[in-house]
Amino acid sequence: MALDPDIQHLLRRAGFGAGAAENDIFARMSPGAAVAYLVDYEGRPDDVDARMGRPDHAQVVSRDLFSPDLDIDDARQRWLFRMIHTRRPLQEKMALFWHNHFATAYSKLNADSGAMQAAKMMVHKPGALRGPLGQIELFRQYGLGSFRDLVVRVAQDAAMLVWLDGKSNTAARPQENFGREVMELFTIGVGQYTESDVYAAARVFTGWNLQKSEGYRKDDPNAYQAFAYNPDEHDTGAKTFSFAVNAGGRTIPERGASAGLQDGVDLITALATHPETARRLARKFWHFFISEAHAPDPQFIDSAAAVYLQNGTEIRPVVRYVLGSPWFRDPSVQFARYSWPAEFVVRAIKEVGWQGYSLDQAKTPLANMGLLLFEPPNVGGWPQGGAWFSTGTMLARSNFASSLVAGQKAPLASSLSADGQTASGLLAAMLERISPAPFDAAPRQVLASYLLAGGAWSGNPDQLETRAAGLARLLVGSAEYQLV
Amino acid sequence: MRISRRLFIRDGVATVGLGFAAPAFLHAIAQAQAVSSRRLVVVYLGGGNDALNTLVPYQDQSYYSRRPTIAVPAGQVLQVGSDASGRALGLHPRLGGLWNVFNEGRLAIVQRTGYQNSSRSHFEATDTFGTANPQSSIGSGWLGRYLDTLPRPIDSLTAWNTTGETPRALMSGKTGVPAISNASTYTFASPNRGKAATEERAAAEAMAANAAPGRPHLAFVNSTSRSAIETIDRAAKALSYQPTVAYPNNGFALALRTVAGAIVNGIGSRVYWVQTSGYDTHAQQGAGGGSYGNLMGTLGDGLGAFYNDIRNRGLIHDTTVIVFSEFGRRISENGSGGTDHGAAGLMFVLGGAVRGGLHGTAASLQPGHPTLENSSGDVRFETDFRSVYATVLDQWLGVDSVPILNGDFRSGPQIL
Repeated sequence: MALDPDIQHLLRRAGFGAGAAENDIFARMSPGAAVAYLVDYEGRPDDVDARMGRPDHAQVVSRDLFSPDLDIDDARQRWLFRMIHTRRPLQEKMALFWHNHFATAYSKLNADSGAMQAAKMMVHKPGALRGPLGQIELFRQYGLGSFRDLVVRVAQDAAMLVWLDGKSNTAARPQENFGREVMELFTIGVGQYTESDVYAAARVFTGWNLQKSEGYRKDDPNAYQAFAYNPDEHDTGAKTFSFAVNAGGRTIPERGASAGLQDGVDLITALATHPETARRLARKFWHFFISEAHAPDPQFIDSAAAVYLQNGTEIRPVVRYVLGSPWFRDPSVQFARYSWPAEFVVRAIKEVGWQGYSLDQAKTPLANMGLLLFEPPNVGGWPQGGAWFSTGTMLARSNFASSLVAGQKAPLASSLSADGQTASGLLAAMLERISPAPFDAAPRQVLASYLLAGGAWSGNPDQLETRAAGLARLLVGSAEYQLV
Repeated sequence: MRISRRLFIRDGVATVGLGFAAPAFLHAIAQAQAVSSRRLVVVYLGGGNDALNTLVPYQDQSYYSRRPTIAVPAGQVLQVGSDASGRALGLHPRLGGLWNVFNEGRLAIVQRTGYQNSSRSHFEATDTFGTANPQSSIGSGWLGRYLDTLPRPIDSLTAWNTTGETPRALMSGKTGVPAISNASTYTFASPNRGKAATEERAAAEAMAANAAPGRPHLAFVNSTSRSAIETIDRAAKALSYQPTVAYPNNGFALALRTVAGAIVNGIGSRVYWVQTSGYDTHAQQGAGGGSYGNLMGTLGDGLGAFYNDIRNRGLIHDTTVIVFSEFGRRISENGSGGTDHGAAGLMFVLGGAVRGGLHGTAASLQPGHPTLENSSGDVRFETDFRSVYATVLDQWLGVDSVPILNGDFRSGPQIL
């Protein structure tokens, strides 16, 4: 039994689609209960990492010891594994959302600190090794918490301090990179600040630098770099902005160096609670969760922004509001969004199958589709919507469908042997398992004809295996399947 | 107020080009015309190129005092003489490949390109260079509007984007541009072999033929899919090209090699888009060497190889290359041994028909000088970037630049 279409819609947007596990869990749940189940995910065990290596899950492989805290390719596999098998799909979805929002690229960290430390800054999950949370782990742990706190954490995150050069932001020579982007990209947006605000913001964050652990060696798994406020490098003078930064007005007052850390916290608080930040996040949530086919409804933006501000920048109430809103439930927004490559790949694996599939095989296809995890093209994140699609990226998607299906021919055929006694039965069963946007009559007829192109349907094992695989490849590679 | 970048990409979806259309007979026409037709290669340096270290004012004392650790030493520059204002200039020492073209008289260096109230945001500035409209960074691009002037039906490889994403400059109301960067994936793979595989490709093409009335997003993906399948076989020819010179082994040079392959194989594309990134040098950029030196090496060696290859093929007189970046950088170095976002930059134009030399005048970097702006923090623009576009459109591509650029920018430097 396929899930209710509203639940499928919810799982595509707030998760990565429905595989067998979700089909069991959500079979008898109402949409409202499903939203609560997804949003209040702390009630679900975070046991997914412990399932890596199980034969009935997708596989992770490594040249030597699998080290997802220290090796970026291993970390890519771990993240895909989590997207496929997590019991908390919204947690991974929000991590992906914030990874794009605070887009930080591993390659610059690697050039700065070497491969091991760069990976650790991006993805470290505390456990066996010493050191702070990696950036992605911040998103996983705090992705539904206060946005203001999240920006403070990101501003003090080692990966960000390398990525936007905060580590060398000093009183004598302020560094504008973070100061500009925290306004332009992370909070209020372009048009809301002036060039002199950029200089002032750079001065605010002077002395927000990095400190290496004792005896630091970049090839030591227990070595790390962590945020340290360096009062000697902080510009203590007053900083004036074109917008309000505190109850008193537009100026962060002169402060002694020892108290200067508060400058940055004040500025971030002002930015996070700025009405334009609320509206900007609301617009991003509209496009991420609701629709790319419809312009944001001003009433939605007002409402979602109000929820954000009334809840002290907490994200969880906003996401709960979005997923329960009439705009989200409007049937016309189903499949009205272009899937990100990671959403496409994970959903395809969940629906087609993963028997013997090694997740390292997904890295190059994802890169060719335009989304190599931990490697956004620049600080603005990945260009989205229609921009995901060019002839080259579309072929990469279509060819991923082929390679995935090629490894699942036998299990696909055996699971479809009953339905595959007739060609129409095979098509119906496959369309229930693999969930593209509805086909118009003409392409549906093409699919039916493809099944019979090799001759009348006998359902013999060869024919079933060939045509089931070809059909799955056509479905996953179709334009209809690229929409979520 | 301007809208955020993501928003214009989304809202731009309707303009991303639903117009892939190419009956097979057009391929033959395109090929027949290819050898004699002019082509334009546009190179984008992503991140905001530090123009003052690309073209070094090596006798300006303020250059050295304001860049104590990153100034290129005077003794290392590749001298290109003095400009109209008498300022002595030299190319970065790693730009030897371009210096050779300059010495052949086929590299024009247009100094201080930009526009009034230059944006220091990467995204807004890049989109502004794309739309060629500083008042609006949304909507179609200047190259897209050029493509829209060409007679319909239009061959699906009239333009060729070597990157995965369609840049703003190529976005258009009715002309889709294929993105072809990687030979190994620009194919149609199948889980089956033989007849079934052939049938799958045919079925995929037939499914993508659905114009999907009332479903514009689906129609857009279908048109992309259709154009992809339709261009695979011709693109493969260009992608397997054997050049006459050795290209460096990096993404930029390999993209240029692909462009050369398309040109030499007579694919018939009139516009090519190539880009290379890493120019956002906020930290540790180096002087003659270092990370900026590597960027210059990639640029100069790649363009040098491409120029020589096309010249060896006898096709350089039909080929023009323009190089731009979204802004220049601050004059003074920052505390990280790098430079922050600035204003005016420079553009290169090279090719067999180019009038080489130094165009425009260099800024004086002494604080207070009128060639500077932003409290003397940045270089003020002198030549509107759109005047370079206008020259290329009017005198190279042979169309009227005024409607494409929504204004008359035809009084620019004499580069062609």
